[in-house]
Amino acid sequence: MPTVGLFIPCYVEQLYPQVGLATLRLLERHGCRVEYPEQQTCCGQPMTNSGCNDEAKPLADKFLRLFAGYEYVVAPSGSCVSQVRNHYQQFLDGRPGFEHLRRSTYELCEFLVDVLKLPRIEGSFPRKVGLHQSCHALRELRLGSGSERKVAPFNKVQLLLSELQGIQLVELARQDECCGFGGTFAVNEEAVSCMMGKDRIADHERAGAEVVTGVDMSCLMHLDGLIRRERRPLRVMHVAEVLAEAEGLS
Amino acid sequence: MNPTDRAEHAVDHAAAAARFVADDARAHWHDQALWWVRKKRDVASSAVPDWELLRDAAAGIKAHTLSRLAAYLEQFEQQATSRGAQVHFARDAAEHNAIVHRILSERGITKLVKSKSMLTEECHLNPYLEARGVTVTDTDLGERIVQLRHEPPSHIVLPAIHLKKEEIGELFHAELGTEKGASDPKYLTEAARGHLRQRFLEAGAGLTGVNFAVAETGGVVVCTNEGNADMGTTLPPVHIACMGVEKLIPRWQDLAVFTRLLARSATGQPVTTYTTHFHGPRPGGELHIVVVDNGRSRQLADPTFRRSLSCIRCGACMNTCPVFRRSGGYSYGWIVPGPIGSILAPGRDAAAHRSLPFASSLCGSCTDVCPVRIDLHHEILAWRQEIVRRGLLPWPKRAAMKVLAVVLRFTWLYRLAGWLVRRVVPLLPRGLVYGRFNGWGKQRELPPMPRESFRDAYRRHRART
Repeated sequence: MPTVGLFIPCYVEQLYPQVGLATLRLLERHGCRVEYPEQQTCCGQPMTNSGCNDEAKPLADKFLRLFAGYEYVVAPSGSCVSQVRNHYQQFLDGRPGFEHLRRSTYELCEFLVDVLKLPRIEGSFPRKVGLHQSCHALRELRLGSGSERKVAPFNKVQLLLSELQGIQLVELARQDECCGFGGTFAVNEEAVSCMMGKDRIADHERAGAEVVTGVDMSCLMHLDGLIRRERRPLRVMHVAEVLAEAEGLS
Repeated sequence: MNPTDRAEHAVDHAAAAARFVADDARAHWHDQALWWVRKKRDVASSAVPDWELLRDAAAGIKAHTLSRLAAYLEQFEQQATSRGAQVHFARDAAEHNAIVHRILSERGITKLVKSKSMLTEECHLNPYLEARGVTVTDTDLGERIVQLRHEPPSHIVLPAIHLKKEEIGELFHAELGTEKGASDPKYLTEAARGHLRQRFLEAGAGLTGVNFAVAETGGVVVCTNEGNADMGTTLPPVHIACMGVEKLIPRWQDLAVFTRLLARSATGQPVTTYTTHFHGPRPGGELHIVVVDNGRSRQLADPTFRRSLSCIRCGACMNTCPVFRRSGGYSYGWIVPGPIGSILAPGRDAAAHRSLPFASSLCGSCTDVCPVRIDLHHEILAWRQEIVRRGLLPWPKRAAMKVLAVVLRFTWLYRLAGWLVRRVVPLLPRGLVYGRFNGWGKQRELPPMPRESFRDAYRRHRART
């Protein structure tokens, strides 16, 4: 039975507890022993992405202290996992336990596919679903091949979703364009950020989606903010919520 | 625009972008026009077997060349000179401009035709020469259009992409005497062709950029689609080719890697219409090659930003960038805009261009389209760190990050802050929550404020199981 340290991004912990619960239930359903280290706060990504490394370093230290002892660390987020895997080296290189932590920290879908090697999730989700490809999951964790690169096409999130009974994954005109969240970019560059978000929503609407899902709640929080302001008939759900609902776990 | 502008004239990308976005129809048109080019690039690059290996090869050749740049420059100079070209070295833009002017004035040349060269834009050659009595005509159609409008190019490959055909019709009516209201692209192109033909015939010298310079052969290679570089180097007796030091590649056979990548990445064409190799002057003519540093060796010395010197100026990072497509080239306030410009511009003047590295959602699409595998979004992120290190991040942002970092270091404080936000925000009047200070809430609703956090939910879950 794999032991998993559950890494819940700070804004998910505070604002989207149901996403954390769905992740927890999915992991437990698929045979993991899950612990949530309660002292965790934030991985420091907002600071790193703003160039404020001095502010991010203590958070990286704290993260290593809290999570170094686990066999695996799993988070319902691509960009926070990318922070650990691709950006912690500058703070933690050579520290005991860091290499293990880096290699064993996974985004949820990646963990289900690559570590638990689930052939499929048994369940049904009879809705029209648009899959938003969150950039860091796609291009920094390589959860999918991406439209830019000329490699054999694959997508781990789509793989899990497409096996659900009754699901209709809609085809987008721009399959993996950024939603415009981008952390502090969402506020620093408000005009472009919102235009990007509205364009993504329009793409999902034209494709006939009822639900927009993705691996990062931050992208979905931004899209949901625009959707609710304009009272559009779309709903956002984190991929953990979709999978958990399909498996009857919610 | 001037690279020597100081911080008080700093580019505010977000404000310029907001002005661009305010014209919603035009911003969408711009976005779609460039997305169409990006899609053409996808199709063209799919048609080449082992595209990703080609990118590896290109990145490797560039890294190798840059690691031995001095030796290759000497080899190039020797070979080019032995073929009868005159090689000039310029430390900076001022030297470059002076060299070009000297070549012209010594020969009494007052009319110059130019094909596309981002380097001469970077050096502000046109105004320099015009102030000294030289008539400079840009002969690339897009470049001519922006020259007639007294504007810089808004994109390095598609200089007039920000303009609609109707606007070009108006411009040509005023400048070239085309029919009022005419906007048929073929008609306008024919008019430009007739107008430029005269300039070609009158010119005393032709100036071109350089796409690649081959150390082994001493040749320079110019890639264009309109044949204007060929006209400008065939008619007048003097050819001046201006290149940055980073244009070098070692061997002739290396060129094949780059010609396969360049046009496919830039416009989705298998190859540019004209790929012209200049090995020495034509009989009776002169070939001057001006090799320019202008800050490049300083960039080469910097291990973090060295890789961006590999740029072959294809513009693919601009076409794919969701921010560039929606903010336009001028919002970057630098001659090379988009992701690559956001790295190059602060390298010249970090204070003036400090907002550019933040004009990115760090989506990473640029890194994946780049034909020479520049780690663009990582270098953009590295510039953010550099801007903080140099104390150039505006203080409200710096302060916000400091406060946030303290809150997040202490779990009890983080919990208290989270609890307060979740409990207090729902009690406040909407007008207060969505006041002017709320940048998130201008067009977006705030996330729902749940009563319990995940930790609370986790504790209940554990109590049950």
